[in-house]
Amino acid sequence: MIEKALKGDRSYWGWIVFLLFIIAAGVYSYARQLDTGLTVTGMGRDVSWGVYIAQFTFLVGVAASAVMVVLPYYLHDYKAFGKIVIVGEFMAVAATIMCILFILADMGRPDRVLNVLLYPTPHSMVFWDVTVLNGYLLLNIISGWAVLGAERKGVPAPKWVKPVIYLSIPWAISIHTVTAFLYAGLPGRHLWLTAVLAPRFLASAFAAGPALLILVTYILKKTTGFDAGKEAVNKLAVIVTYAAVVNFFLIGMEFFTAFYSNIPGHMHSLQYLFFGLHGKGQLVPWMWFSMMIGLGSLVVLLVPKLRKSSTWLIAACLGIVLSIWIDKGVGLILGGFVPSPLEEIVEYFPTLIEISVTLGIWAIGIFLLTILLKVAVAVKTQD
Amino acid sequence: MDEQRREFIRKTGLGVLAGLGAVSGLFPESSLESAVASTSSGDSASGKTRWGMVIDTRKCRGECTRCIDACHEVHNVPKFDNAKDEIKWIWKSPFENVFPGESKQFVSEETREKSYLALCNHCDNPPCVRACPTQATFKRRWDGIVAMDYHRCIGCRFCMAACPYGARSFNWRDPRPAIKKMDPSYPTRERGVVEKCNFCSERLARNMQPACVEACPEGALTFGDLNDEQSEIRVLLDRNHTLQRKSELGTRPSVFYII
Repeated sequence: MIEKALKGDRSYWGWIVFLLFIIAAGVYSYARQLDTGLTVTGMGRDVSWGVYIAQFTFLVGVAASAVMVVLPYYLHDYKAFGKIVIVGEFMAVAATIMCILFILADMGRPDRVLNVLLYPTPHSMVFWDVTVLNGYLLLNIISGWAVLGAERKGVPAPKWVKPVIYLSIPWAISIHTVTAFLYAGLPGRHLWLTAVLAPRFLASAFAAGPALLILVTYILKKTTGFDAGKEAVNKLAVIVTYAAVVNFFLIGMEFFTAFYSNIPGHMHSLQYLFFGLHGKGQLVPWMWFSMMIGLGSLVVLLVPKLRKSSTWLIAACLGIVLSIWIDKGVGLILGGFVPSPLEEIVEYFPTLIEISVTLGIWAIGIFLLTILLKVAVAVKTQD
Repeated sequence: MDEQRREFIRKTGLGVLAGLGAVSGLFPESSLESAVASTSSGDSASGKTRWGMVIDTRKCRGECTRCIDACHEVHNVPKFDNAKDEIKWIWKSPFENVFPGESKQFVSEETREKSYLALCNHCDNPPCVRACPTQATFKRRWDGIVAMDYHRCIGCRFCMAACPYGARSFNWRDPRPAIKKMDPSYPTRERGVVEKCNFCSERLARNMQPACVEACPEGALTFGDLNDEQSEIRVLLDRNHTLQRKSELGTRPSVFYII
């Protein structure tokens, strides 16, 4: 089946070469990081996680969001998602692989990564995260590939696939819940120490993930002529709308609890992110931009007429993805470290090497997604 | 089809419940349990010995750094010029930084201007140990020291996010070139692992006091067994009002301060 990825036109190969170029730059930068150590990044003693862990957090959400097409299609037999479900599953595969790569890129001793399995430690949330992420990757590769393979041969999917797909539904919820638990259980990090962190992660994932999926379907339509169907896109847009409403509601809850209770520790990180603290506030414009563009996009989505227009929908989906990427992929992780446990304000700026590694990993994920979708579209269109 | 689906949902639900039950039974010492067993109240702690320290800040002279120098020398702690790569096992910071939750209004001039020692608290209920995915950081059952295995650490820095005291440092670069005077009696670390104060477990094994305690010219630091009622440290704790850093977090620090 994979041989279908080797047949493409000029623009396909141009895209592949472009991605390979960014990957090569990322690999070179990662080699520099391996050689000198993580000092080549902007991370330090006080802000000890940066863009790598932030991208990881955002992408776990993208991975988990596949459940938003898998559940309606397989559990509720919602036929309109028939063409899009494989796109969602393959997006989950690419996102999960990126998650794993971002974790590896962040590790001081990646050569010792197997220690996590050699000394299994159930009281550590990382142990569970590694377990559920790898499990989720397997579930999606197996079910996606088996269903697609059957479709190519024109036979029904084997019976054993159904339980695997059913299992992937609660599993998707679990990967993002456990990811929230990585942060939410740490004493002394007030921004993360909130019971709504996991619900917020799920809401933002189910908004940003399907929004990204809508954008991917438009790209597929433009480049390959593969049409997922108007009904499917409209339904996805409704899912994005509801999830985005819940997401912004939960963000509002954080503000109320922190500022009405007036407890300094609870307010500090939010103050730093949105208003600046002691004259330092590098993320303030980012956070307000995220808020504005997110709420603006939500307004567009809430109007059925606009939501059904392709142009407005594409703009709103871009807005939602960008807003949540900033909120989760920038603000949430960095904000957790400011102020430090000793209430010092240390700011973090990613270095060029760090950005290059980050882009490289994104390019690997997009490369994988391109290949997988190339195969999927070829099978679906009997090319 | 609908029947099947309903049946599936029912079975999944039962399965999840059974799974949760099994997990909570399998790991009786998981964090869920220990959170109940060791909240911030109650004096006694697990294990025979529980090493602890009392810092009499009244005796500590602000400008003196003898304890810090002694510690960093015997443990081959590197010295970098930039704050980003900094590694420190014990250091001094202003009151508001070491005790962010304590009284902030009308603070006396002395408290405001003095600096206070900070080091690993060797918590009885350490969040860093809970967070570590490889048990590279662990609490020694026999004496309560929160120790590190530098050879097992994968450098994920979860312990640094988990520690509410900022006691942990990461080797962002090769530390060896930045060690002023190499002490062959203690191992140097490699790039990519976390390190912190070890309460001088290597010296305790030789019946010596921790380096910082020994180096203090004012006798401001007292080290001893918190579980031994006759020990000097317990006498000090009996006779003075002391503070633990962020005691509200339930970590049960083993380092106490007389202000």
